[in-house]
Amino acid sequence: MDLLEEAEVLRKVPMFAKLEPSKLKLLAFTSEYQTFEDGEVLFHAGDPADCAFVIISGEVEILANTDAGDVVLGVLGDNQIFGELALLNKAPRSATLRAKNRLQVLRIKDEVFLKLVTENPDVALDLMHQLSDKLALSHQQVEALQSKLHRNGS
Amino acid sequence: MEPSIFKFILKYSRREQVLLLLVTAASFPFLYFSLDLPKIIINEAIGGSDFPRALLGYELDQIPYLMVLCAFFLGLVFINGGFKYFVNVYRGVVAERMLRRLRHQLFNRVLRFPLARFRKQSEGEIVSMITAEAEPLGGFVGDSIALPAFQGGTLLTILVFMFVQEPLLGVAAITLYPLQAYFIPKLQRKVNALGKQRIVEVRKVSERIGEVVTGIQEVHAHDTSRLELADFSQRMGQIYGIRLKIYRLKFFIKFLNNFIDKLTPFFFFSIGGYLVIKGQLTFGALVAVLAAYKDISDPWKELLKYYQTKEDARIKYELLVENFEPAGMMEERMQADEPEEFPILSGELVATNLDLREEDEGDGRFVGGATFRFDLKQRVAILGKGASGKKRLAKLVAGVGRPLYGSVKIGDVTLTGSPQTVTGRRIAYVGQESRLRSGSLRDNLFYTLKHRPLRAVVYDEDVRQEQELRRVEAAMAGNSEHDINADWVDYAAAGVAGPNELNDRAVDILNMVDMDEDAYQLGLKGTIDPEKQPELAAQILQARKALRDRISDPDVAPLVELFDRDRYNSNMTIAENLLFGTPCDDRFQIENLSANDYVRKVLEDTGLMPQFIEIGRKLAALMVDLFADVEPGSELFEQYSFIRADDLPTFQSMLTHIEGVASEQLTPEDRSMLLSLPFKLIPARHRLSLVEAPLQARLLEARHAFAEGLGEHKGAIEFFDPERYSPAISIQDNILFGRLAYGKPRAAATVGMLISEIAEKLGLRRTVMQVGLDYQVGIAGSRLSPVQRQKIAIARAVLKRPDLLVIDEATAAMDGATQAKIMEALFREFKDRGLIWVLHRASLGSEFDHTLVLDDGKVVEQGRFTDLDKPNTVLKDLVMAG
Repeated sequence: MDLLEEAEVLRKVPMFAKLEPSKLKLLAFTSEYQTFEDGEVLFHAGDPADCAFVIISGEVEILANTDAGDVVLGVLGDNQIFGELALLNKAPRSATLRAKNRLQVLRIKDEVFLKLVTENPDVALDLMHQLSDKLALSHQQVEALQSKLHRNGS
Repeated sequence: MEPSIFKFILKYSRREQVLLLLVTAASFPFLYFSLDLPKIIINEAIGGSDFPRALLGYELDQIPYLMVLCAFFLGLVFINGGFKYFVNVYRGVVAERMLRRLRHQLFNRVLRFPLARFRKQSEGEIVSMITAEAEPLGGFVGDSIALPAFQGGTLLTILVFMFVQEPLLGVAAITLYPLQAYFIPKLQRKVNALGKQRIVEVRKVSERIGEVVTGIQEVHAHDTSRLELADFSQRMGQIYGIRLKIYRLKFFIKFLNNFIDKLTPFFFFSIGGYLVIKGQLTFGALVAVLAAYKDISDPWKELLKYYQTKEDARIKYELLVENFEPAGMMEERMQADEPEEFPILSGELVATNLDLREEDEGDGRFVGGATFRFDLKQRVAILGKGASGKKRLAKLVAGVGRPLYGSVKIGDVTLTGSPQTVTGRRIAYVGQESRLRSGSLRDNLFYTLKHRPLRAVVYDEDVRQEQELRRVEAAMAGNSEHDINADWVDYAAAGVAGPNELNDRAVDILNMVDMDEDAYQLGLKGTIDPEKQPELAAQILQARKALRDRISDPDVAPLVELFDRDRYNSNMTIAENLLFGTPCDDRFQIENLSANDYVRKVLEDTGLMPQFIEIGRKLAALMVDLFADVEPGSELFEQYSFIRADDLPTFQSMLTHIEGVASEQLTPEDRSMLLSLPFKLIPARHRLSLVEAPLQARLLEARHAFAEGLGEHKGAIEFFDPERYSPAISIQDNILFGRLAYGKPRAAATVGMLISEIAEKLGLRRTVMQVGLDYQVGIAGSRLSPVQRQKIAIARAVLKRPDLLVIDEATAAMDGATQAKIMEALFREFKDRGLIWVLHRASLGSEFDHTLVLDDGKVVEQGRFTDLDKPNTVLKDLVMAG
């Protein structure tokens, strides 16, 4: 893997698609290339969040810790970014992430990521899209719950 | 302290002042003669006749006569100068000794202040009083008696001389003196008063600045910066006003002095000229009087100035001293006198009507205090709300501070009247925020064992003499004569025979206070000198081998890249790969490599130079491409860029003009700039595909060539040698003897664990911890965490083996598990000795034998915790409150 290939990977992340090539290269250069073995944990729920990850190759499982043990909520794959939303509000990690098979990622440090967001409207806009999608989703869920309650009450 | 500065001077420097006076008095005849001689020269030698004349038994003609008199004159100049020189130097000596004495006295008093004093008086104020405010007083002490005597005597001598020549001229010289002597002190007094006012105002301003700085978040939180600025401005305005008045007065005084100064020659010229013309005065006498007048104005000015400084010093001394005589200060013998024997504190602790109010709150009526007793063998918990007096009680039973009323007795010993030389050794107290001092962890641990010098240092003869001189000088200035370099550690008090056993004991106690892992980690990052500790170095080499075996495990292997002379290490910089060792001085530091002639020669000889230049060119282009848009102040430059923000434009313009130019044709400057870049490259980290296998192979050749041809630079590099301990890198790096791989997040933890295991197995852990004791804790222990500082404070209290240990919420900042661990360990350690613990969580009281519950300065409940833990008790409330 070298810098140019990594920049290419980053370009495939929708959030970064519109960045200029030199900015992509800078992002790749300031990121750390990391590898994880099968089953290795990237971070645990509740850990402080200090970076975001972009998957170069391999898969990551999102785990929820329930009474019945770890439950896989979803799987992330190539060119996906994760862990970036927690950087915005400095919240702790909301879930545990675990490598499935051999995993290669780029680790973007929080200050680099936040700088990217403040300086590039496209990145910020993409984040807003994500957040409003989430908001809409939870809004729907609340409404669904409310109407359910209403029906049960009447 | 002496109430006035003159009493202070007379008490401590009488002999020196008398000597100064005698020498001064001895100088006056010479001075008089040196004034008289010019007259003789002019009137007799130059203007005289009837030669030859007799001088000292010789018959001399006019010219030799003149020359001999001139030689006398020159001799007198030397003698007078010599007197002045001696008096000045000796005055300096007296001044410095007295200043040293004054400061020592003040500092000695600070050490004996009642503790409440430090809540009223800030640290900064005390510092500035002992340093800045005391400074001018020293100068004055030197001058105090000698200067008026010398200058007054000089003045008198000159005046006598003038009167002898011509009484009228003498009168002319001093007619205006009464005027000056009347007005100037009057004006000066005003200046002094203003000066005092200014000191007070400036003290207030510094207090204010300190207050704002420490409470800076309040300013940010409430948008009060304008308010603070206005307040500051108003205070500065006040100082400005005072200063302006001072300037006006001061320069008016100067004007007056100058005017009067110039008025006197007016009399000389008019009266003296008249007398010479009339033939009533010789020309030589007028010249001599004029010359003498030039000399007279200096002593007169000095006298006036002396009067000003005297007043100033008098006021300053009084202002200073009144701050160092607080009520309730401890007597000196309490700290200074070594008792004949040390009582062992045991039996019952009895407190009778003990006043638990803070010292500065003791103004109101005393309505009775705490009375209680318990056996010292019991473990005692003290509980109560914040203002219940529990903290004061902890201090009082530990002999720290003294109550206004009431007493504490342990066995037959009354603590409240015992000197600190007893309480400070038989009792240990640990508060909530312990302060360490800069120095090593070891220094701080052994602090509790250093009461007085016990074993003198054996100095070399010349150093010993120097040291003895220093001691004598300290004695002359009334300073402490104890040698700070001596061994102060009281090994017997710690129950050990010597330094080695004490280190061992320190490690045991660090285990007790849960500081072992910290000390071990600090030790791993420390360095040792293998020549002084050959066994430890050998053990570390053994650990290195053991780790090497473990790293061959395929699970661990990818996490570390070991140092191997014959393999390129892609987790190191190119510089490190080339040097393959640690530079011992500046010559081979990474930033100096490109300019180093030897490094350049190696690169040329191995044919690597063109490749380095090419890599440099690629790196420069990349950096310019990546960082051109990043603003110069950004942290990204610091952390990631090979080129500093300031240099980026230079590289940018160079790249444009060297475009297409072959590397051999570049100017030396351009080559130098490019050459500085590749050394920083770490292939595994930077992932730029610039250092591929063929280049790596050639770099290995260069590494070997570099080591072989080192010649004169031998010793500048500590090479990585698998069979040798390297003093230039930490113990941890010596064991690892390689680099953790980039991009393997678990590497640090996994390898750390392996090293820990190996250290344990080889019995290295304790030794490494002892190396950790050398760790420098920083100013006030700032390089340790607050919890670590508390642990050290507890450890050193245990180290001195007190009969009674008082813990005043000292573990409050620690997590529950750590607290429990320390508590258990201390219970074990103090099984047969006293242990009193002020608890911040009431429920912990159940672990103790006896519980005292305080409220409003009185014991409201006492007994076994389980007996007290019932509904409607104060204890229950405290437990419920958490």
